Amino acid sequence: MSGRLDNTFARLRENKQKALIAYLMAGDPGLDETEQLVVALEQAGADIIELGVPFSDPIADGPVIQQAAERALKNGTTLRQILASVTSLRQRTQIPIILMLYYNSIHALGCEEFCKVAKAAGVDGLIVPDMPPDEAGPLKAPADAVGLSLIFLLAPTSTTDRRKLVAKESHGFVYYVSLTGITGANLSNATDIQQNIEKLRKVSAAPVAVGFGVATPEDAARVSKMADGVIVGSAIVKQIAAHQQDPGMVRHVADFVRSLKAAMAIG
Amino acid sequence: MPTTLPDNRGRFGPYGGRYVPETLMPALLELEEEYAKVKKDRRFQADLAYYLKQYVGRPTSLYRADRLTKKLGGAKIYLKREDLCHTGAHKINNAIGQALLAVRMKKPRVIAETGAGQHGVATATAAAMFGLECEIYMGTEDMERQALNVFRMRLLGAKVTGVDAGSRTLKDAISEAMRDWTTNVRTTHYILGSVLGAHPYPMMIRDFQAIIGREARKQILAAEGKLPNYLVACVGGGSNSIGLFHAFLKDSKVKMIGVEAGGTGIVSGKHAARFSGGKPGVLQGTMTYLLQDENGQINLTHSVSAGLDYAAVGPEHSLYHDQGRIEYTYATDSEAMAAFDLLAREEGIVPALESAHAIAEVVKLASKLKKSQLIIANLSGRGDKDVQQVARMRGVTL
Repeated sequence: MSGRLDNTFARLRENKQKALIAYLMAGDPGLDETEQLVVALEQAGADIIELGVPFSDPIADGPVIQQAAERALKNGTTLRQILASVTSLRQRTQIPIILMLYYNSIHALGCEEFCKVAKAAGVDGLIVPDMPPDEAGPLKAPADAVGLSLIFLLAPTSTTDRRKLVAKESHGFVYYVSLTGITGANLSNATDIQQNIEKLRKVSAAPVAVGFGVATPEDAARVSKMADGVIVGSAIVKQIAAHQQDPGMVRHVADFVRSLKAAMAIG
Repeated sequence: MPTTLPDNRGRFGPYGGRYVPETLMPALLELEEEYAKVKKDRRFQADLAYYLKQYVGRPTSLYRADRLTKKLGGAKIYLKREDLCHTGAHKINNAIGQALLAVRMKKPRVIAETGAGQHGVATATAAAMFGLECEIYMGTEDMERQALNVFRMRLLGAKVTGVDAGSRTLKDAISEAMRDWTTNVRTTHYILGSVLGAHPYPMMIRDFQAIIGREARKQILAAEGKLPNYLVACVGGGSNSIGLFHAFLKDSKVKMIGVEAGGTGIVSGKHAARFSGGKPGVLQGTMTYLLQDENGQINLTHSVSAGLDYAAVGPEHSLYHDQGRIEYTYATDSEAMAAFDLLAREEGIVPALESAHAIAEVVKLASKLKKSQLIIANLSGRGDKDVQQVARMRGVTL
């Protein structure tokens, strides 16, 4: 549905590579830094950028991303400013950009208006962690109309029926949540990733990316053997938080992302 | 009309629904299915009736408050005495129901959020009685103002976990409980305490609380031979109010008033009156009226009463608000405090600060009505838990 997103997965498949999807909390520590990070992470090997939109009550997120959202909100970061940053980034990069945001942020603007302005800014897809396909009705038509990919999450607890539903409704890729838990959990608790991806492949031809708990190059290597894409969020956000006062912050984070991508290439 | 709500997608008109991470969807669908079964299961209903009668102490009385009536000089006032339930509030009606359900679903662990501590105490109590492991999430600000209930929960064997995020009140406790449930969903049942959250919770909790109104309807007909003119109840999430109101919804002549927390006043912005300052949105699993800014960020709320200090309201209330079936108003902190004192001195009943908001509305309403008219106010809980806080507010060291 989205040219940039589909083209990226197609190109990687041709080159027998896996996608590294890097998550950033927009506005942490500030939107200028977020823009610099997007460009630097692309150069360091990230294939897709997932931009978190800060929300006051993020029920699917662990403490690392909760605190990043608090910092971003304290800076006064708003969805409109984030979209302005995407607009400005589009003059520098064509990397696919996905927004991860809670439904109330969309609802406050209105689904149609939101889809229009997001697409115009250069956003390629949406992940709405508190909106299962069952509740996606009001967003689906306006997203389809402008060509924004709605990406749904599949969980280890998902039943066969739900696997089919998520596979049918998800565009761009399917986001497989590696474990029952919140972002930043410990991946070693996840033992059934391979098995669940195999079940998903039987009902879906879409690429599968795995996230939640992927924190180290070793994790990225392990997951990239099973899936088409690896999503790293809390581990990157942690690096940003640790180097907030450091002028070399962007470089530190880019180095970390480079190490993730290198591990995947070996895998 | 009312008994058919919600529809099969958990909708009360445009409100309700199931806005949760996919990880929880199978658990919600299982809960919905299991609840549909127990609703018709005679054994389950007989067990529930037994515990409500012999353990909780139902039916609770409908007490004619003669001195309060005389003092206010208008309508005759009855109090539905949920404060006389075991553990001191209506919350136990729901906690027992859901704990029985957890046992039936073979979940060895239950979790809950709590604001004032009453739902936490009720859940810890039910968990102790059924032999379930129990963890309660509570905002650290609420732990401070409801220290007595924190200790009670620990006495009952529950683990109480403080939540230091956001406003450090009920909203943040619910988010943390949802995260725990997402992580431990295979072994854990989340006993949500009010008519909030994703379907089937608002429906199921309403059903467990509807016994309040069923009893009150029979009791008032026996005492007065007619239905009341007004029902009054406080509205935090809205479980005691929907519990009282539900059996009367078809009685079109019975007027209903839900009382929200007015805090230090609507203009001050420090309140929790969703229908006076909010608009529809999605929070913690449901579409409903919320206190939020123009970007959809949830506002901080304030109330003297921890149990009413919450940015959202149950979705069923949002529908009745829009339809005009229930009128929603608010009482400020100081009006609630005055009502707290009034009930203690006139009737010898120390109400919970939450319930004092309902009494504050009765004070405004009664004198405008004729002596032949009837008001039932829901005394949803007793004030023992608040004594310490009220003393502190008045500069008294206990």
